[in-house]
Formats: sequence, C-alpha cells, structure tokens
Amino acid sequence: MDPNDLRKIANRIRRRDLQAVFEAGAGHIGGEMSVTDLLTALYFHVLNVNPVAPLDPGRDRLILSKGHAALALYVTLAEKGFIGKEEISTFLQPHSRLNGHPNRTKVPGVETNTGPLGHGLPVAVGIARAAQLDQARWRTFVITGDGEMQEGSNWEAIMAAAQFQLDNLTLIIDHNRLQQGARLADTNNLAPLAPRLAAFGWAVEEIDGHDMAQICRALTPGAISPGRPKCVVAHTNKGQGISFMQDNVAWHHKVPDESQYRQALIELEEAAV
Amino acid sequence: MNAPVNLSALYDCRDAFTQTLETLAAQDGRIVAVCNDSVGSSKLGGFRDKWPQRLINVGIAEQNMVGVGAGLANGGKVPFVCAAACFLTGRALEQIKADIAYSDANVKLCGISSGMAYGELGPTHHSTEDFAWVRAIPNIAVIAPCDRIETAAAVRFAAAHTGPVFLRLSRVGVPDLLPEAHVFELGRANTLRDGTDLTLIANGVLSHRAMLAAEQLAEQGISARVLNMATVRPIDEQTIIQAARETGAILTCEEHTIYGGLGSAVAEVVVDHHPVPMVRLGVPGVFPPTGSANFLLDEFGMSPVDIAASAAGLIKRKHQGG
Repeated sequence: MDPNDLRKIANRIRRRDLQAVFEAGAGHIGGEMSVTDLLTALYFHVLNVNPVAPLDPGRDRLILSKGHAALALYVTLAEKGFIGKEEISTFLQPHSRLNGHPNRTKVPGVETNTGPLGHGLPVAVGIARAAQLDQARWRTFVITGDGEMQEGSNWEAIMAAAQFQLDNLTLIIDHNRLQQGARLADTNNLAPLAPRLAAFGWAVEEIDGHDMAQICRALTPGAISPGRPKCVVAHTNKGQGISFMQDNVAWHHKVPDESQYRQALIELEEAAV
Repeated sequence: MNAPVNLSALYDCRDAFTQTLETLAAQDGRIVAVCNDSVGSSKLGGFRDKWPQRLINVGIAEQNMVGVGAGLANGGKVPFVCAAACFLTGRALEQIKADIAYSDANVKLCGISSGMAYGELGPTHHSTEDFAWVRAIPNIAVIAPCDRIETAAAVRFAAAHTGPVFLRLSRVGVPDLLPEAHVFELGRANTLRDGTDLTLIANGVLSHRAMLAAEQLAEQGISARVLNMATVRPIDEQTIIQAARETGAILTCEEHTIYGGLGSAVAEVVVDHHPVPMVRLGVPGVFPPTGSANFLLDEFGMSPVDIAASAAGLIKRKHQGG
C-alpha cells in the first residue's frame, strides 16, 4: 500500500483511539500514539494475515508485547476487519472482550496474552523457532516498548534468537524515550539500543518510526540478513500527532478532559487533510 | 488390592518419562522438548540423539524457556518444557500464568526432581511450593504421578490433551503401585487400598509410604483407605467427599509445604462439603535442614511408622467428635 494511504489509515486509527480513551476514561494514550504508525504499516502493508482465517497456520505473526497499548491494537484490528468497528465503544466496559491488555482466547488476531512486560519476545522466539523447524516461510514480528527492554527476560530471548539464527524474526522497539514515570535516560538508560542489539549478534536498523516509507522498507523480506534476527529501532514520540502530549511524560496514561479532547481531535483532523 | 507394597524394586520415574516421551515423539512430529541446559537431569540425552533439531535448549534462562514453549505451541508444536521443578515454577511463574495458562497455550511443563529430591543441595533446589503456586492459576492441570506406571500414563495423557499441563516428577526411587495397564484420568483419584476407619490421601513419592502406613495400621486392627491423588488441580471432589462420608477422617501427606498443596486442596473440599477431622502432613512451613529426600520425609513425620501414628491419633479425635 502507498505510504500516503497508510498515513490516512494511521490518522483514522489515532482519532478512534483518542475518542475511545476519552469515552472510557482510561487508556495509555501516549504509547498508543507512538506505536500507531508501526501497527498500521504492519497490518496494511507487511503482514500476511486474513481476518476471515485468523488462525491460518501459514499466517505471519505479530505480538504487541507492550500490551498496555492494547487499544491501538484493537482499533487496528477493527480497521483490518478482525473485529467489528462498533465494538471499540465497549473498550474497558464490564464483560467486554476488549480489556486493558489483549487476550488471544477472546480477540481474533491476538497471538499471545501480553501485559506484564518482557513476555512477547520470548514467545516470538518460540514461534519463529517453530517456523524454522518446519522450514515455513511465514514471519514473526514483535513490538516492545523501549522501557520494556529493561526486563531481563528480553535479553534471555535476544541471546536465544541469535543462537538459533532466527532470521525470520523481527523485533521492533518503539523507542519513544519515555517510560511510565520518567525519561528512560533518567531511569535505567538503555540507549543507544542499536549497538547493544548488534553486540548480541542481531542485524540492526534504525528508522524514523513515524515515516511510513522507512517503516515499510525496514520490514520487507528484502531487508532480512540471512542467519541473523533483525531489530528495527523505531525512533518515535510518545503522544505523536497531538502537540501537547508529544514527548511529555505526563501523558503515559493520562486521560484528556473535554477541552483537551477537542483540541487533540482538531489537530488530528487537520493532519488528516 | 491390599497386596503388600514390594520394596525390592525401586524406579526413577524420569526413565519412564523420557521413554514414553521418545515413544510418542517417534509417532508425532509435533512433539518437541525444551530445556534449560538440563539435558542430563531431565534425561533428554536419548531424545537429543534421535531428534537433535527437536531438542530446543535455550540455556540457563527459564523465563525465556517458558515463553519459547508458548511460542512453539502457537507455531503448531506440542512442547514438553523440562527443567528442575524449583526453577521452572519459581523463576518463570509469571510466564506460566500469562504465556501458558491465561493464553491457553498447549504446553506441557515438566518439573523434574520436584519436592525435596535434591535433598542435600538444600532449600534453594527444593520445590515444595509448586503445588500452591501453580494450582492457584486457572486453566492448568497439576499432576504428580506416584510410580513409573502412572508417570508413563500421565505423559501419554499430557500429549493427547489439548491445553496446559504441569507434570511434577521426581527422581527418588519408588516401587510400583498401579497395574501396568493403568490409564491416567485427569482429576480422578485411584483407590490403592480400601478401608473404613480413615482415609490416607497422598501422591508422588508419598503414595507408597501411605500404603506402607496402611499395612502397619492393619496390623493394629485399623482399616485405612489409601487414595493416590495424582491430580491436585482439578481436584477429585467426589472421591474426597465420599471418603469423608464413609471413613470420617482424612490424613494427607505430601512432599510439599502444608500451606497450599494437596492437603489444602483436600481440606477445601472437606470444609465445603463434609467436614471431618483431618491431619495434613508435609513440610511444616520451614526451610528443611541438610539431608536426603527420604531422610527429610522421615524427619517431617512421614515415615510409614510416623504416618501410622498420626493416623491412630486422628482416629482418636474422630471418636472424640473432632
């Protein structure tokens, strides 16, 4: 799909996400805005997935390891047709299957239940190993947050992926430089991420995580390095697209009031044109 | 039934585990083994030699090991994830909860050398909290076989069953208790010996000790029923209620802390449905001193003679009205 069309879809997803956070009175809007372009490019350009057959054994797999951004995933899955668009209005409502973190047993298109950080990458290593055993061509993608890379389980998986030579695995780090309580740099600074992954034997590429053309290029099969797992360090902004949220640690899971909501919506609508 | 326990031949159940796993793997290409540098202690050497690609050794990294198991299941495999029970459960408990049970991944977790099997290595290597930890999590079967026959049957069950299973296996030698043709049924206890005065409930390496205790009680004129209750979750409510109703007193023994394990699971059913006097034998909420597994079981009041003495005391309480 053309990068321009992808941008339009991403804008639509951001607006629906914003509205759902406002109506539910909860969500993780900062990290949802930072990951939206990545999810859009994956679901509408990269992944071989079919909403009619969500468990097709030959499908590509995507794991959103930063499960607290579930709403962005739900809206993307609804755009793609895995769930109904009207269902987004049930987000966080009693008995809704759209709770604060994704559940594969309830929501088609979800591959594993995430929420506790540092879980998605080990599972992705297992999925990629299964494909490797079967010499299957489908690919496995996992998106982590940058703060999430502080979890030791990720580094266990990073070692294993290199040892197993999983070139069918791509880790995308949503590098927005902010974690829940503070900047990464002021907490437990892992940056620069690229040389650390490279030191573990991964092929690493750094991109602008809001540039659709760059995202698509980095995730094409042609960008695979034979015998090495791939890490895409996607430089992003928390709250991307909404000026007063952008790169602001206060907006990890803050909920906009009425006037903030109106302003944010106006900004996103202007960007849509 | 009521045949004496034959202590002349003791078996390491790991052998039955791996022999059965290899037999099944030869028939079903989806079966893979995952381990944490534990090829030797999990007795996976034969599996590795036969299918080197299907033995996935992640190194000393238990959180990743369990996550990889979940991923292999997503990719269509039937993974048997094997590690020392203490590290498998304690180190990777959140992965067991989120990646396996909550995600309903078709993974078979095999806790090797469970309980106090590592004896003298000390409490860091003991796994005497795993029943409590794992049975508190929804959607995962918890199974502790009592002999090589039940171990083999439980492995066959786990492979055929779609869904999460935790197999708690030992390395401490145990005699045969069940018939060779035994078929494992999840959540179904086996009556090893019938009786009317009280019921002894055990699993794993304690089942044969309970049987020996029942033999001693018989010499004292006490008729003890013995239930082998390999499945701790889902617990066999009907058989427990029937035992409470028919024998009026229940003694449990397990290679596990008395807080939250088999005895607790039995007590929950008894309290809810048919309260009777109970004794729960196990590790009494302490870090054990140095000693072998069998020494420690004796130390904590689970020699056959001590189990029989506790049972005799329980019967007195029963006759005094609790």
